[in-house]
Amino acid sequence: MKRRLVLKQLTAASVLAMAGWMPSVWAADTIKVGILHSLSGTMAISETSLKDVALMAIEEINAQGGVLGKKLEPVVVDPASNWPLFAEKARQLLTQDKVAAVFGCWTSVSRKSVLPVFKELNGLLFYPVQYEGEELEKNVFYTGAAPNQQAIPAVEYLMSEDGGGAKRFVLLGTDYVYPRTTNKILRAFLHSKGVKDEDIQEVYTPFGHSDYQTIVADIKRFSTGGRTAVVSTINGDSNVPFYKELGNAGLKATDVPVVAFSVGEEELRGVDTKPLVGHLAAWNYFESIKNPANAKFIEKWKAYAKAKNLPNANTVVTNDPMEATYIGIHMWKQAVEKAGTTDVDPVINAMAGQTFDAPDGFKIEMDKTNHHLHKPVYIGEIKADGQFNIVWKSKGPIRAQPWSPYIPGNEGKQNL
Amino acid sequence: MRCSAFFIRFLLGLVLVWMSGLWVPAASATGLDPALLAPLAGDDTDAKLEAITRLGTEASPQAAVVLDALANDRLYVTPGAQLLVETSSGAVDAITGEPVSAMPAQAETVSVNNRLRRAIAAALSAARLHAANPEQRLAAARGLQRGADAAVLPTLEKALADEQNAEVKAALAIAVAALHLKSDTASLRIQAAETLGSTGNAAFRPVLQAVLQQDAQGVYAEPNAEVRAAATTALHRIERHLSMLEWIGNLFYGVSLGSVLLLAALGLAITFGLMGVINMAHGELLMIGAYVTYAVQALFRSWFPQWLDAYVIAAMPVAFVVTALVGMALERTVIRWLYGRPLETLLATWGISLMLMQAVRTLFGAQNVEVSNPSWMSGGVTVLGGLVLSYNRIAIIIFAILVVAFVWALLNHTRLGLFVRAITQNRRMADCVGVPTGRVDMLAFGLGAGIAGLAGVALSQLGNVGPDLGRGYIVDSFMVVVLGGVGQLAGTVVAALGLGAVTKFLEPYSGAVMAKIVILVLIVLFVQKRPQGLFAPRGRSAD
Repeated sequence: MKRRLVLKQLTAASVLAMAGWMPSVWAADTIKVGILHSLSGTMAISETSLKDVALMAIEEINAQGGVLGKKLEPVVVDPASNWPLFAEKARQLLTQDKVAAVFGCWTSVSRKSVLPVFKELNGLLFYPVQYEGEELEKNVFYTGAAPNQQAIPAVEYLMSEDGGGAKRFVLLGTDYVYPRTTNKILRAFLHSKGVKDEDIQEVYTPFGHSDYQTIVADIKRFSTGGRTAVVSTINGDSNVPFYKELGNAGLKATDVPVVAFSVGEEELRGVDTKPLVGHLAAWNYFESIKNPANAKFIEKWKAYAKAKNLPNANTVVTNDPMEATYIGIHMWKQAVEKAGTTDVDPVINAMAGQTFDAPDGFKIEMDKTNHHLHKPVYIGEIKADGQFNIVWKSKGPIRAQPWSPYIPGNEGKQNL
Repeated sequence: MRCSAFFIRFLLGLVLVWMSGLWVPAASATGLDPALLAPLAGDDTDAKLEAITRLGTEASPQAAVVLDALANDRLYVTPGAQLLVETSSGAVDAITGEPVSAMPAQAETVSVNNRLRRAIAAALSAARLHAANPEQRLAAARGLQRGADAAVLPTLEKALADEQNAEVKAALAIAVAALHLKSDTASLRIQAAETLGSTGNAAFRPVLQAVLQQDAQGVYAEPNAEVRAAATTALHRIERHLSMLEWIGNLFYGVSLGSVLLLAALGLAITFGLMGVINMAHGELLMIGAYVTYAVQALFRSWFPQWLDAYVIAAMPVAFVVTALVGMALERTVIRWLYGRPLETLLATWGISLMLMQAVRTLFGAQNVEVSNPSWMSGGVTVLGGLVLSYNRIAIIIFAILVVAFVWALLNHTRLGLFVRAITQNRRMADCVGVPTGRVDMLAFGLGAGIAGLAGVALSQLGNVGPDLGRGYIVDSFMVVVLGGVGQLAGTVVAALGLGAVTKFLEPYSGAVMAKIVILVLIVLFVQKRPQGLFAPRGRSAD
């Protein structure tokens, strides 16, 4: 009799736990935070590791005693690379789970999709990925790069003597909001540097495009007109066929360097790197940066991956959005401690001017007004082992300009 | 003997370079000047660049070793600023060439960027103009054709006079011509323009155009009218050659895209075309084939590294068998209960496709896995002076032809093929005369799946291998089969090649995004007009 009762209770408990209800029993002692990253679908490739690094940061904070004496409790949801589902899941996190903050989103489409929800319910979102700018919301903290912290310095580098002194540019991207906006800014920037329209070629491909023969032949033809560089905003997956085609067509990085804004260590993991060596990427963080904070970060992540038995745990790497996620969670924790509460408005106020010893090698600061981090810029060359050899770095952290000064009508829009 | 002759020539060449007044080195007989190499250990790019240029003019063979090591990331610097070269037989000191005990653990590679790589390539090219190996000389001559410094002209002319190999000679002549275009002698300039025009190489367009440039007052950059005329003719020749190349290139790209579509669609042509099963999991069968390739590659890496280049060949039968088994299992467990109910089949196979994707994601992780091209499939062959046909594309075209031949022979010359065709034409009648329809269904579905697996092997050589691989091909596959005419193998072939060619001829004008839309619209219009596809089944075919 008794045994059967225990069994029943156990089953009920495990069913509840599976449904994610179990923790509500001791909810009073914890602070809930939401993690909103796609764990299935096309974006799973990039976003899964962000979920894991967020969980690692939360575990780390809990091990140090939590926040305001309470443990953090992650609520992980899967919006499945489905943009409208992002909004639904965000609403669920804010209304049902009543999370204090949400860490999530990767593509700009998903961010645009959840924005109205966060504004309506006065939630708090930490967005960890480089993006196109032209946006500034009270409810969002952007821990990734704005265009002037990634795209503009990268193009400046290509035009410099060290970068090859490029005179002509191919702006190649996937056809959606981020590449289109970035290329609009870059075109305006190139105009300001005296590059004429006939020396700029803008090319877009559909999502998941895999046949780059024509485009590579075009680039080759275009490059005969003078020193050419390619600025690639190709999204994740399509990069591999593009670089393969480039290598097979005999276009080397010394002839036509390609600088990519969406290719990082994580994306290079599933790739034969031979044809990519020497091509460039611009980020605010690389795993190959040498400093104690980064060494600690990498070590922690490797240990965490082993302990949690993540897939391919012995080859895990760190990358820029992971670092940005890590910074975001720690800064939020500091802000909550400063504000003494997890209420959204006081925390937003407390976020201004927070600093953190980031793995990118600087004590970086959250801007006092514009919700973006001051970040250093690094440009790296892809090495055969999938890591980056840093060939250029900014003098120090650069303040973000979410409203690009190169787009007319943006003057005086810098602050919230 | 040959070696010493090489050194004499090498020295001669270098003397000529020194005479251009760059620098007079204190070349030591045994090794390099430590001060010369010192900047390489530092961080200053300009200093490194200078060191590289100076190394290029250094007589010591050790200089070439250092440059080569630098270009290939094999030059290391220790914390004590000692420079070491990693060779196959261990580490050697960069200055003396003496072996050292071992590479210290803290040694780091000397980092180079693209600008330095270019300088290294130029320095090595100049040095290799006199190499004993004609291929090296050819590469060196080609390396100096574009944007070479005027200072190397005497070296080039000397090399041209000495050169015996016709191919290298031609390459050298072009390199010389590119520099002669700025010569003071008008006749040399005319000749140079003619030589450059005969190459048909677009790379020389800018220099020729520069000849024809007018300044604000209408004064030509080139005073001599004859030279201008020669440059105009040369430009026309290049343009003509280019438009021909573009046409041939588009044709090749079209055939290559067509062969990929064909491979992806062929399995579906059997399962959907012949058996009438709307198999939404077809893409996932492609994906399984690609993952089998990955697994075979991993196996070869750990067990037969010496045979690694052959892993693709080995992967083909394995992929065929594995996906055929998966397909047969699907047919036996799910699909056979749903024959004649297309809507349910569609939903069930859609569900199966999601399950297969998630299964792979759980087994191999959500990340893409790395499948590298074997060395014989990397790179490409240059034809007609400027068109690069990549080896992997050529290999896939050949592979597609073989697979089509295999399927054709199987369907037309075997008993199984006979049964399959009989069932396609009239299932009930076939059943009545004793065709074991159940078994044939299973085998035919297995065949379709197996061919999808083979296509997966090919796709793994072109793009990503990840759980979502199939998603990108399922729509295209259905498009090809429907366009070609359901149940018609020849239709599938024609439709795939046609779609490939039309896409590739549209793309340069409309861009990739628009080309895709135009193709879809065309197909919709075509199917409206001719629902049975390009090749309609002839005769009294039942159901």
